[in-house]
Amino acid sequence: MGLDRGEKIFNVFNVLFMLLFISIIVLPLINIVALSFNDGYDAMKGGIYLFPREFTLVNYETILKDSTIYTAFGVTVAKTVIGVIGHLAITGAAAYALSKSYLLGRKIFIRMGIITMFFNGGMIPSFLVAKSLGLANSFWVYIIPVLFSFYDMIILMNFFRSLPESIEESAKIDGASVFQVFFKIIVPLSFPVLATIALFHGVYQWNDFFVAKLYVTDKTLYPIQYYLYQLLTSAGAASSAKAGVYVSKTFTTQSLQQATMIITTLPIMLIYPFLQKYFISGMLVGGVKE
Amino acid sequence: MKSTFKHKFLSQWELQVMVWPSIILMIVFSFVPMLGLIIAFQDYSPLSGFTGSEFVGLDNFKAFLGDKDFYNVLTNTLAISLMKLLIGFPLEIVLAILINQIRLALFKKFSQTVSYLPHFLSWVILGGMITSWLGSSGLVNSFLLSTHLISEPLSFLSNANAYWWIATLSDIWKEVGWGTILYLAAIAGIDPSLYEAAKVDGAKILKRIWYVTLPGIKNIIVLMFLLRVGSILGANLDQTLVLQNSSNMLRSEVIDSYVYHLGLAQGDFSFATAVGIFSSVISVTLLLVANFLTKKLSDSTIF
Repeated sequence: MGLDRGEKIFNVFNVLFMLLFISIIVLPLINIVALSFNDGYDAMKGGIYLFPREFTLVNYETILKDSTIYTAFGVTVAKTVIGVIGHLAITGAAAYALSKSYLLGRKIFIRMGIITMFFNGGMIPSFLVAKSLGLANSFWVYIIPVLFSFYDMIILMNFFRSLPESIEESAKIDGASVFQVFFKIIVPLSFPVLATIALFHGVYQWNDFFVAKLYVTDKTLYPIQYYLYQLLTSAGAASSAKAGVYVSKTFTTQSLQQATMIITTLPIMLIYPFLQKYFISGMLVGGVKE
Repeated sequence: MKSTFKHKFLSQWELQVMVWPSIILMIVFSFVPMLGLIIAFQDYSPLSGFTGSEFVGLDNFKAFLGDKDFYNVLTNTLAISLMKLLIGFPLEIVLAILINQIRLALFKKFSQTVSYLPHFLSWVILGGMITSWLGSSGLVNSFLLSTHLISEPLSFLSNANAYWWIATLSDIWKEVGWGTILYLAAIAGIDPSLYEAAKVDGAKILKRIWYVTLPGIKNIIVLMFLLRVGSILGANLDQTLVLQNSSNMLRSEVIDSYVYHLGLAQGDFSFATAVGIFSSVISVTLLLVANFLTKKLSDSTIF
């Protein structure tokens, strides 16, 4: 099938447009990387685009000398790992149970879930409830309120329903219990969709700073994003505690921020390409079947 | 009857064990806060709690409806959401069609990977990046100065009038690629023989996009549009918190950040909850109206 002339012209413009689009995404990001490797005071003169002008590692060295960043990093890793495992266990188990049409109470549960998709208590009542449960200033405030997601449950449930019943039947005849069927057969077969939910929840856990802003005043429980948020919002104020700590001739608050942004984002950037193939197919499973 | 229920329940106890933690979580974190909405009709004080606080009827609603600040906040929310909708929504569809037309498989995959990437950056990170790019010695000012388009650095983020554009464009930059995923999936599902037939009939590429691709993804376009209309009063709180400063406050305060500032920073729980209820009622109404209209105009709806 040959291309007609119009199509050839279209393709040329399309490639040019996509190159422009890719540049608009990538070049500004490279700019931040370049700034993070540049001397802070030199960067203030402006004119740094894609390469550092006065290369230095001092921004990274300074940050990595600060012990609070390790604590914040640890909190973030912990809440991401524990949060993802917990979320998959709770939401996945519910999805499996609800994928069985004979489950007692199934209809009521689904209806309750649909209600929560349209109505919710909003920020203030949710805050008051979580606080009265003693979740404020506790690590579990990051985990427990988001263990279950109705939306993720629907995606998983639709996937479980699409699996052939006969595999489960034969396992049951061989004497496998419900839990054995779930862990030994369903979970391995559902790897792509579980990886998708894991990626989404993991990214949420990694990126969230608002929960910490609402509930946490204990500095040892700050996740990295909230640490960075404070570093960014206090930058304007000359009197900020951070500015006081970092008095130097080689870096500025901005250059430290840029290095912190890179360090904070790096883990996601490293994991993302590996999970990409799963989340595209995983999203379709949930989207098309509804 | 009762014994058969009990028998049935016990025979599926494993499944019941699997579903109950989620039911409890949903009740505690979704339904109990819904009951908590009652404080919008009270003069809530944390000391007396839900049960002890005095009922004041619709006073809180009257208070914000008579408040000049509230209309400013509402205007900002609507303006930013509509700008995101009018620019971002068509752009996602166009981008999906263009990505789909790329013939080189490797370049296509690369374009997709790059376009999804910003979605995975948090608003805190992006807030820091935007501050850096738009700063007086940042990328944008450096470029404008070196091309002599301006002679003095512009301070974008402290200019209230620029805020709507900054919020809109940064949101599009972050999410436009991600928004293409479902459209790309829908395009992939279109029967290739339709394109062949159109080609035989002499339809050029743009006509084929217009008469085959777009109708082929019409349902998903309608669905996404409905969802966007339903969230028109929810201008991203994270984004606002990271881009807002005292100089752009007039144009940057949106309903969600207003509720946050009044409720949690100033402790006016009842007033903030009333504003929150107003906003969700309008959102659900908009969703239902949009759903009704699309049902009239086409055959695809959510409900």
